[in-house]
Amino acid sequence: MKILVCISQVPDTSTKVVLKDNNTAIESNGVTYIINPYDEWYGLIRAIELKETGVASQIDLVTVGKANTEPVIRKALALGGDKAIRIDVESNDPYLTAVYIADYAKSENYDLILCGKESIDYNNGTVGSMLAELLDMDYIGFATGIQIEGTNAIVNREVEGGEETDTCNFPLVISCQKGVAEARIPNMRGIMAARTRPLNVVTPSAVEPVTSILSYELPPAKAGVKLVDPADMDQLVKLLHSEAKVI
Amino acid sequence: MSVIVFVEHDGGIIKKKNFEAVQYAAVIAQKTGATVTAVILGNIADAEIEKLGEYGAQKVLHVEDKRLDELHPRAYTSAILTAIEKENAKIIVALNDINGRAVAPRIAIKLKAGLLAGALTYPDLDKGFVIKKAVYAGKAFAYVNITSDAKVIMLMPNTFPLVKSEGKATIEKLAVNFGAKDFGIKVKEVSKVTGEVSLSDAALVVSGGRGMKGPENWYLIEDLAMELGAATACSRPVSDADWRPHHEHVGQTGGTIRPDLYIAVGISGAIQHLAGVNGSKTIVVINRDPEAPFFKAANYGVVGDAMEVLPRLTEAVKKFKLHK
Ligand SMILES: Cc1cc2nc3c(=O)[nH]c(=O)nc-3n(C[C@H](O)[C@H](O)[C@H](O)COP(=O)(O)OP(=O)(O)OC[C@H]3O[C@@H](n4cnc5c(N)ncnc54)[C@H](O)[C@@H]3O)c2cc1C
Repeated sequence: MKILVCISQVPDTSTKVVLKDNNTAIESNGVTYIINPYDEWYGLIRAIELKETGVASQIDLVTVGKANTEPVIRKALALGGDKAIRIDVESNDPYLTAVYIADYAKSENYDLILCGKESIDYNNGTVGSMLAELLDMDYIGFATGIQIEGTNAIVNREVEGGEETDTCNFPLVISCQKGVAEARIPNMRGIMAARTRPLNVVTPSAVEPVTSILSYELPPAKAGVKLVDPADMDQLVKLLHSEAKVI
Repeated sequence: MSVIVFVEHDGGIIKKKNFEAVQYAAVIAQKTGATVTAVILGNIADAEIEKLGEYGAQKVLHVEDKRLDELHPRAYTSAILTAIEKENAKIIVALNDINGRAVAPRIAIKLKAGLLAGALTYPDLDKGFVIKKAVYAGKAFAYVNITSDAKVIMLMPNTFPLVKSEGKATIEKLAVNFGAKDFGIKVKEVSKVTGEVSLSDAALVVSGGRGMKGPENWYLIEDLAMELGAATACSRPVSDADWRPHHEHVGQTGGTIRPDLYIAVGISGAIQHLAGVNGSKTIVVINRDPEAPFFKAANYGVVGDAMEVLPRLTEAVKKFKLHK
């Protein structure tokens, strides 16, 4: 079984957002970048587990990004993966990202494509489902567990107010979240090995943009907290009713 | 021309957030001189479907196929595309939720449409087709212009208050030619917690952090939530320790929510936690440490021990409900 894991570079979760260029861009100077946690903790680690247990024969990693994303993709390779593919273009539109990856993946015959539930920067959570459409595959989102039996995947996924168990034949795209695997830390052997694993740079296909980001905005600052006496919760309820008008 | 809105239902019952989607589509239709057609799938009574008219749907296309009671993304896509062709629609509205994310992106690909996930405003047509959405889980917002001819918008639940009208919708049954691969996913087992308010579309949320000390104290959170009719949530360490199920975890690596009221109990207010909840309209923080960073993001603060404050607050809510 051949697996493709989608890896996205995102700002570290402790990043404070700073705007620049008249609010048309987010400052990247001074920002530390990491592998999108959903991609790393769940998608990538589950793929590695499937290879360790002999279910998967090959794991490829793909990222869409310019050369500045290479440290992050190398870090992903240090955790595991046979080779990496970097599609040499910056994209913050899920449609374009999906088309770039699909154009690369369509001749590679992957059985399983794993991605994170969403990237923690643009929070679209739509690339996996788009990839499935582009590659004529099935898609299961919000997975919390993945087992493989032959050419069949058994997937637990979140539904509103609960969970569901689905089965589906390959090829299949799954978006992963907590429960799919346990996070790991790369070891020295992995880090050394990652240096020699191939990182292929691919030219993106030509595709017309369908959205553009005009500007950014920071949330308004809160006016300041109103403290309520812990002994007087009637007062809090009164404020929530007559001032905040939320109950 | 019409705006198509995909309406989900939960075992034959249409939820509030789906009416929000219909109302959102109706406003866009008005702005663009179009009509609103809702698409609804699976087993549901006409009497329930008719309610969509009260939020602006003029027509509802109903695909009566029992198989659609389960989520089958490809079959849903086929059904909605059939409706799009029939109605010659260029603007498609869905929700930014689990089913919406499984279906709307596929439709965007089919239509070569720009997609916006998590709409917080109506499109600004003076500047193009510009919609605001949260990025970095709410640490910032982006104004996105959809430049393609066809457009797919996924509305963030609980963004616009509902206004009921006298409108009536006509219901038409829609026949769909499903593809050979449309039902490739087999649903083996479903386990749903019933009676609980679901977190993603709850108007009120009570959330607990490590300051709750352990799962044995969660009844204090649940009692308050029950009295308020609120959903329950938690911080990440709480779900990591399995005190609470992981779908309750909110923050930058969990769910992003925007309720009217978020009550945070024993949560310090780390940047990753705030990211997921700072879109809440009103935030109440209960923490025994007056220096807890969460107070800076709060509207109302209570400095005190959660074990004492929570029962008192629950009692106060009870009393308030009696005298209302
Ligand atoms: C990559 C990454 C991603 C992360 N993503 C998330 C995320 O999505 N969501 C998230 O929540 N966190 C996330 N975190 C973790 C985050 O940084 C914090 O560690 C976490 O939010 C803290 O949880 P807490 O507030 O429950 O616990 P603590 O920080 O331990 O705070 C407990 C609070 O309870 C108060 N307290 C203690 N006893 C009482 C009492 N008796 N009564 C009242 N108050 C009391 C204390 O004063 C304290 O403020 C992430 C971290 C990383 C590194």
